[in-house]
Amino acid sequence: MKIRIKYSKLGNLRFIGHLDVMRYFQKEIRRAGLDVCYSKGYSPHQIISFAAPLAMGITSDGEYFDGEFESVTTSKDMITALNAVSVDEIKVTECVLLPDDAKNSMSVVSASDYVITFEDKASEEEKQKLLGSVQGFMAQDEIVILKKTKKSERQENIKPGIMTCEVRDDSIYMLLSTGSEYNLKPELVMQALYSYAKTDYDQFHYHIHRLETYMDSPAGDIMPLYKAGSVF
Amino acid sequence: MRKLALPDEILMKVEKPARYIGGEYNSVMKDKDTIDVRFCMCFPDVYEIGMSHLGIQILYDMFNRREDTWCERVYSPWPDLDAEMRKNGIPLFALESQDPIKDFDFLGITLQYEMCYTNILQVLDLAGIPLRTRDRKKGDTLVIGGGPCSYNPEPIADFFDIFYMGEGEISYDELLELYKEYKHSDMTRQEFLIKVSNIPGLYVPELYDVTYNEDGTIASFGPIVEGVPSTVTKTVVMDHSKVTYPEKPVVSFMKLTQDRVVLEIMRGCIRGCRFCQAGMIYRPTRPKDVNILKGYAEKMLASTGHEEITFSSLSSSDYQDLPVLTDCLIEKMDNEHVNISLPSLRIDAFSLDVMSKIQDVKKSSLTFAPEAGTQRLRNVINKGLTKEDIMNGALKAFKGGWDKVKLYFMMGLPTETYDDIAGIADLSEEITELFFANIPREERNGRVMVTASASYFVPKPFTPFQWAPMIRPEEFVKRAYFVKDRFRAEKNHKSLKFQYHEADITILEGLLARGDRKLCDVIYDVYRSGQIFDAWTEFFKKENWDNAMEKHGLDIDFYTYRDRDIDEILPWDFIDIGVTRRFLEREWENAQNEKVTPNCRQQCSGCGAARFGGGVCFENKN
Repeated sequence: MKIRIKYSKLGNLRFIGHLDVMRYFQKEIRRAGLDVCYSKGYSPHQIISFAAPLAMGITSDGEYFDGEFESVTTSKDMITALNAVSVDEIKVTECVLLPDDAKNSMSVVSASDYVITFEDKASEEEKQKLLGSVQGFMAQDEIVILKKTKKSERQENIKPGIMTCEVRDDSIYMLLSTGSEYNLKPELVMQALYSYAKTDYDQFHYHIHRLETYMDSPAGDIMPLYKAGSVF
Repeated sequence: MRKLALPDEILMKVEKPARYIGGEYNSVMKDKDTIDVRFCMCFPDVYEIGMSHLGIQILYDMFNRREDTWCERVYSPWPDLDAEMRKNGIPLFALESQDPIKDFDFLGITLQYEMCYTNILQVLDLAGIPLRTRDRKKGDTLVIGGGPCSYNPEPIADFFDIFYMGEGEISYDELLELYKEYKHSDMTRQEFLIKVSNIPGLYVPELYDVTYNEDGTIASFGPIVEGVPSTVTKTVVMDHSKVTYPEKPVVSFMKLTQDRVVLEIMRGCIRGCRFCQAGMIYRPTRPKDVNILKGYAEKMLASTGHEEITFSSLSSSDYQDLPVLTDCLIEKMDNEHVNISLPSLRIDAFSLDVMSKIQDVKKSSLTFAPEAGTQRLRNVINKGLTKEDIMNGALKAFKGGWDKVKLYFMMGLPTETYDDIAGIADLSEEITELFFANIPREERNGRVMVTASASYFVPKPFTPFQWAPMIRPEEFVKRAYFVKDRFRAEKNHKSLKFQYHEADITILEGLLARGDRKLCDVIYDVYRSGQIFDAWTEFFKKENWDNAMEKHGLDIDFYTYRDRDIDEILPWDFIDIGVTRRFLEREWENAQNEKVTPNCRQQCSGCGAARFGGGVCFENKN
């Protein structure tokens, strides 16, 4: 049975990398006594796969992994069992049964949304300047940034990757393309916004929190990944 | 959200910030307002190594079972964070509360290898604790050391208020009760320390003084204060059913050096190899009850979610209920996908059978530790393993499908000749020949491979070799080249590989292992010259040590290459490990006469450990 699990990764766990989170869940699943499937061979491993990795420093309420299970009880039971053996800053919030032909979460991700709040280190002036620039920033035809890789530097228009970017309650909300088609990181958008607002960039003046991870819906819209399955 | 001691700017800059944030599953949080004693356990090396250490997990669990005590952990900040903390004036902090170490009543440092000594000073310095005990006063964090290197505490005596000789399960309750009395009364530091020195196993170096002869050897050693005992006797656990074991060990987020459930099956070793310190200081051999162990395995796998389990002991093959225990775990492996990782076992029919059940034979290799190349030298070191044992084991293994063999040797052993080290290559060659002679071509999967590695022998305190000189590094390298050439000349050299250890760090290990109090100033100066993480080749700088030795008028030859007289007062003679000096002297003599001493189960050799009243000394004597 294919199960999709949604979880939050909060607070200090923003310093735990993606690989460590994967290792963490392998152990949490064992502690919870869930009947997960294992590969064959001398060093069997759990058949689980994670969606859109989260960069270090970012917290999230919309993380996902899929797992193959030999048997399951109910969504509620599994959520309770996992959270009973979890650290405080990881919490499972959804657990759904996927149709047999469902593609794994990694491959279906198409977008995620974020809320960016300003830290106390950012001055009121800096904050107001950035919040005040959001509308103008989005009104541009193109948002061109210099993308640096190990090998090269190139100009890139990131505007097509920004589906929404607006001010909400003194913070910035953004919905961005994510996944294998086009992956736009929120820090890149923030760098571009700082530069548009002619303000010195400082990555420690704001905090990024992911709200949800989405996939394309049959209706041609987007929907949270857990909507692909059903509560059991 | 728990507060963090380090700001985001630093955590995002340093390598692996997970080392410093705590919050791991099964780590213990308490309300500091409800506890009386704050204890911080330290392993003075990087997190991934320190967290793999069983001893700290045992003590962490034991302390936290006390309602009045909160035990936390700290490890050495990696050089990248070390620099940031100094630059920004951030004091060293404990992982759980993220509070400064200076706020703690005790800092307990485990001493697992000599090359971490500069890291001890790093920890004290970053914590803001005066480095030397003479500069400390009542109210300062008490620094206590324990673990194998505390069996010669003298080179680091200036930095520790207390050393704990022996197994931590015994005397800590008494120490903590006394400490509470001290803390809440007007008892002076000196009065407190004198009382501490009367608790079994506890040594307070500042209450003792050393005088030296003109040649640098010790003239006298003893207490300078009345009411302080002149010998310190180690403590041992004689009934394991009465002590605690961590059933809920801390589970790291990061991958550790040892990332699995560790089941301690036995303390002590019956073998009596003459180079081995652990084999002497942990006597008598005390196996744990197999049913208790099964219970621990069950609980620890469930409480951690680890997918692997291993055993801890000095010689697991000598644990008599090993077949019962492995059968139980193999069943678990099939049902619950638990991997078993075996520590090095004696290669025989039993271990090969177990290994073939739990590992992929094609990928795994077999390990033998002959330690010396000829039977003559193996008799000198009292390594019971014979060539016949190795050949029989290897043959069985080859027939079982293995074709990779690892051999561990030491070079620079007492009485070693070039014939002995030639034996390293010749024995390796013979093993390959055994393969070609017995495994038909069509049954061979790949090329047979024998990898021999040689380490540089370091004499350790409380071994029969404590009087032995080390060979010089030039000679070690010369011998290594000789063996390398010999390997090249062997007929099956394409199936042979030879590796040897770096010499410079080993010499320093030799210096510190048998050093005296004069070395405290050397270690201090080496630390002041900016040196930390000596155990890591990329940070080790020999010239810092050479300069400090020269500055204090000390000669490395005196500590490492000198023949010690049997009557010489050794810096650690005041410690009583149960095994008598008389026994060690006799064994040193037997070594030179190439005379083998039987293991504890064959025949008691009267080492002295029987006086603890249990373990192997009393097996079959009910």
